[in-house]
Amino acid sequence: MSTKVKEAPIPTIPLNARLSRWFGRNLLRIYMFFGFSYLFIPVAYTFAFSFNDSGKSNLIWKGFTFSNWQNPCGAPQICEALGNSIKIGFLATVFSTILGTMIAFAIARYKFAGRSSSNLLIFLPMATPEIVLGASLLSLFLVFKVNPGFWPTVIAHVVFCISFVVVTVKARIASLDPRLEQAAMDLYANEVETFRRVTLPLVAPGIAAAALLAFSLSFDDFIITNFNSGTMTTFPKFVYVSAARGIPAQANVIGSSMFFLALAIVIAGQLVNRKKAR
Amino acid sequence: MAIDPIDARGDLRLTRITKTYGDFTAVDDLTLTIPKGSFFALLGPSGCGKTTTLRMVAGLEEPTVGSIHLGDTDITTTRPYQRPINTVFQNYALFPHLTIFENIAFGLRRRGVKDVKEQVDKVLNLVELPHLAERKPTQLSGGQQQRIALARAIVNRPALLLLDEPLGALDLKLRRQMQIELKWIQREVGLTFVHVTHDQEEAMTMADTIAVMNEGRIEQMGSPVDLYDDPETAFVANFLGQSNLIKGKIDGNDGDSLVIDLFGQKISMPKSRSHAVDSSLYAGIRPEKFRISRTGSTVRGNVLTGGRIEDVSYIGVSTQYVVAMPWGQELMVFEQNDDGVPPFNKGEEVVISWEPNFTFGLRGDEDIEAGTEVDPEQLDE
Repeated sequence: MSTKVKEAPIPTIPLNARLSRWFGRNLLRIYMFFGFSYLFIPVAYTFAFSFNDSGKSNLIWKGFTFSNWQNPCGAPQICEALGNSIKIGFLATVFSTILGTMIAFAIARYKFAGRSSSNLLIFLPMATPEIVLGASLLSLFLVFKVNPGFWPTVIAHVVFCISFVVVTVKARIASLDPRLEQAAMDLYANEVETFRRVTLPLVAPGIAAAALLAFSLSFDDFIITNFNSGTMTTFPKFVYVSAARGIPAQANVIGSSMFFLALAIVIAGQLVNRKKAR
Repeated sequence: MAIDPIDARGDLRLTRITKTYGDFTAVDDLTLTIPKGSFFALLGPSGCGKTTTLRMVAGLEEPTVGSIHLGDTDITTTRPYQRPINTVFQNYALFPHLTIFENIAFGLRRRGVKDVKEQVDKVLNLVELPHLAERKPTQLSGGQQQRIALARAIVNRPALLLLDEPLGALDLKLRRQMQIELKWIQREVGLTFVHVTHDQEEAMTMADTIAVMNEGRIEQMGSPVDLYDDPETAFVANFLGQSNLIKGKIDGNDGDSLVIDLFGQKISMPKSRSHAVDSSLYAGIRPEKFRISRTGSTVRGNVLTGGRIEDVSYIGVSTQYVVAMPWGQELMVFEQNDDGVPPFNKGEEVVISWEPNFTFGLRGDEDIEAGTEVDPEQLDE
């Protein structure tokens, strides 16, 4: 121990090695930065132009104002269109979530003749081009002498939302450990109680996600709606029609609001999950 | 007057149970009685039908043929929630969305019991985890989850408690501790425990009766001592511990003893311990029953000469020798290290001897490899 060991000089790392190491460590961050920029610049643009003192057309920045946010219904018909979209979205969500959840349980849990073909068929509305689906639905409604309007639009939206609900809920059911339900039955819960107290609470996050997805799909839909809504205006239709003569800044206000609402729901969901896990 | 199945009490009787899945027979004509109040183990390798048997008792599967009785009540087709039987599932199956308290209270609430809080608190004290009542299952360690799963079952005071590989997911040290604890709890609550495992040590530590299962059938049933000391089949001899099985011929009678010819050397064994059906047999001796001596020294009991030490493995409490015999077989011998260092070295010429009473006899047409290729540690799921 007493003999002194001569310290070896600390080897220096060449600059190019250090640079490549820095890139290696930060490559993911750089990539993330560009990825998120790509995703969020359009959203930021929409948000920024909701403050544009635009007048008629909202294409060129003319000055900052709060007036669009103070008066979101300022543009003619915009709030009527928004109201229709929300009503249709709500109804389509309720029906497609209930029906889709039931279908998901049937396909995931029961063996019946035609199960695998049902599984396949449920994907069809997702895979069919919207333009075809919209046109076919319109001709179907006309065959049955139903005029395009509010309810035909709701029915059309339920049709394409169901597929997404089934897929989402089915994934959740598939990840559910069947032993949990067996344990419930073992602990004196009959079929109904097992479903209510164990199955449903555990599948609920999947159902909630499916409902949110259904609402945003319905709210957003233009092509199918355009065929089946007749003279009724929805928010996407309003924006499309306005585009010809200049979209009012109020559309940016509503678009931004929807974005922040969705963001708030996602963050709230995360917080609830985190609290539950603790 | 028929008793409601939920109130049934008494011995569990399985009568001629068969369970098939398509062409596969999981359980093959099984008849079994499990006495009330016992700690019973179904032991066997994976795929032997033990878990299927347990699931039929729980009501999660229905037998293809046969009947299940609890006391005098037929429960063969009764729904799981109508049986006074609770299960501790292999991976515990605690409800992730409920607190520990609500997990344990689940069965009590379904049956409409009044003093839920009192009973849950009591059972939480029994498993020594009262401070965890408000936690969620994912916040608990494996050992804690295991105890909660047990508490959730025994709080209902079922006529029968089923344990499906309950300690499989725990590490060795914790498993040992839980084995002792489970045994203590079984005595404390006085319920019938039926325990399914592939771990022979676990079964022997806890159960007072073990049924060794293989390919859907029971090979042998008895106390741990009976099974180890006098196995009736090669499967049991190899699955419970290790055995040396030496091919031989019954050469004659000597009172209560049989004279056996093992490759030209004569040994004797008690008649009552032979399960041979004709003159051909396998003489079985457990490795720790053998004694090793130097060639030329005086030895008592059965003697086999001409051995040579092939390998010496010192493992602290004992030393394992592999001894090559003149007929080409290698025998396993365990010797206590009561004299310190192992007294024999590789290559030494030795004789091996043992008490005739420790010999057991198996049928000469047995597959002596049966039960050996199953390594319990590898079956852990």
